[in-house]
Amino acid sequence: MSVLYGLFSEPEAAQRAADSLRAAGVSEASLLVLSSEPWEEYEFGADRRRSWMPWLAACGGFLGGMAGFALVAGTQQSWPLRTGGMPVVTLWPAGIITYEMTMLGAILATVLTLLISARLRPNRRPRLEEPALSEGFILVGVSNPPEPQRVELERRLREAGSEAVKTVPSAWPERFQKG
Amino acid sequence: MKKTASRINGDLLRPVLETSPRFYRAVALVGAVAALGFVAWGYQVWNGIGVAGIRRPVFWGFYITNFVFWIGISHAGTLISAILRLANAGWRRPVTRCAEAITVFALMIGAMFPLIHLGRPWLAFWLFPIPNERGLWPNFRSPLLWDFFAINTYLLGSLLFLLLPMLPDFALVRDRARGWRRRIYGWLALGWEGTPRQWHRLETAMHIMAILIIPVAVSVHSIVSFDFAMAPVPMWHSTIFAPYFVVGAIFSGIAALILAMALLRKLLHLEEYLQPKHFDNLGKLLLVMSLLWFYFVFAERLTVWYGNDPAEMAVFRATQSGAYAPLFWAMVFCNFLLPMPLLAIQRLRTITGTVIASLAVVVGMWLERFLIIVPSLAHKYLPYSWGTYAPTWVEITITVATFAGMVLLYMLFAKLVPVISVWEFKVGSHRHAMAADARLQTETEPEPAVGEVSA
Repeated sequence: MSVLYGLFSEPEAAQRAADSLRAAGVSEASLLVLSSEPWEEYEFGADRRRSWMPWLAACGGFLGGMAGFALVAGTQQSWPLRTGGMPVVTLWPAGIITYEMTMLGAILATVLTLLISARLRPNRRPRLEEPALSEGFILVGVSNPPEPQRVELERRLREAGSEAVKTVPSAWPERFQKG
Repeated sequence: MKKTASRINGDLLRPVLETSPRFYRAVALVGAVAALGFVAWGYQVWNGIGVAGIRRPVFWGFYITNFVFWIGISHAGTLISAILRLANAGWRRPVTRCAEAITVFALMIGAMFPLIHLGRPWLAFWLFPIPNERGLWPNFRSPLLWDFFAINTYLLGSLLFLLLPMLPDFALVRDRARGWRRRIYGWLALGWEGTPRQWHRLETAMHIMAILIIPVAVSVHSIVSFDFAMAPVPMWHSTIFAPYFVVGAIFSGIAALILAMALLRKLLHLEEYLQPKHFDNLGKLLLVMSLLWFYFVFAERLTVWYGNDPAEMAVFRATQSGAYAPLFWAMVFCNFLLPMPLLAIQRLRTITGTVIASLAVVVGMWLERFLIIVPSLAHKYLPYSWGTYAPTWVEITITVATFAGMVLLYMLFAKLVPVISVWEFKVGSHRHAMAADARLQTETEPEPAVGEVSA
């Protein structure tokens, strides 16, 4: 398991490299782009895949709201307490708790979706450690480059304007390399 | 670009990676003052709530004033940050994290006060919405229980809103640190790498969170206002209270943010990042909020005066011309008369001008909270039940200690996390550079010849 990559100081060069690697037959799944800031104005830094996050947030909100109302109505009916001449299950005050729980559900669903879809978890190591990334370089490379193509891919990275081309072993097993 | 990124990293990560003896001395000093608060609280727990100045009929004094004040201060951050994020205001980038941190710490401090006020904090769980068989169960009709849900939702939401954009910066510190720091920041970064997918998901999540957190922030201070407005107490039982509280909260929050930014700018030498234009923009916001605050106070007072209800007029007179008049007029001076010229006249809206105005607003808003609570409780419907309130050294010490606690938490935060979001600042820099390039290109393009169609 290894990663062949080039480091680019300019986003235009990184875009050329990504285009060139694709032209050489590198699949989207094997193409690796890492940067210390988002470059969504450029094609190489944009993720065009559809995200379900807003819908999942809405579902989380719905579930949270239901849970909130169930908590209020269930508790009030199980332990009925009459105060201030109000009915046992009071809809106006229940609305407040339902609202807060709706928002809490939506917030938690958003964060959970982010953690899962961006594959973030506490004990996870980044697949490679490249100090130049924190200096503003953009990394464009190939995960597990096919041996016969390696020289050709290196050449393409250099021609695109890479300031350094490296091959390093990846910290991740092969099955997790993609994406 | 590479050089710029290095310089930004160096400037913004220096406080995290290097510690001066001055920092330890400052932490010790502020920590000692904060610790005094715990001593005073311990004294109160040991001797009973009687050592505080709250007596019949004024059962809510400094503690509830502080509770409302700190919850109000918490509106600085997340709300302002969320609005500026959604508006895509470029100047927000160095400001948002400073603001979001204020929210979290102010909420933590504010949420302590109901516990302190309880007198017997070990019985606090009686208030939690856990059905039990002791004959005490949660009354969902009580605004105090609404507070529990609102404050906890806002605290958790604000904490996540603060933490999510920190992930790339934790990864940055992880890549530059060694030893135990590297391990801790590696854990905190959750394996952040910076793939396009991760950036896209993070930005989508932040966008959704910004949309969600604004109504939560508004609801929190509305609900805090319901603690008062739901009670038939003179000058509390008013429909204006919810928006009045929200406006006051945002007002005091912006003032706290300006003070925190000025402090960070000076102590961490962030003059290049927190520039006069940031203070100028926030100063304009503070000016708008000052006008809004005055509008609400005027509307509330005019309605009471015109209604001429004897019970309400007793409170009205106590604050306008009675025992509480010095505090009332000091509040008007601090919240309106002093900030007005400092913020409205462009020449005076400097860093110093906005800081002076903000200091005045923080004092004025604390007085406002006190004046909402105490005069009304001291002048209820029956004159024979009227009373007064004087805080004891325990309440004063705890109040002062919470301000020290806020400074302490902020100092520790600035030591552990870059107080300006490094990646967001870089995005701002490169977008600024791209816009400048585009302008330059437009200016140097040759004029199209006559008859030639311009693209």
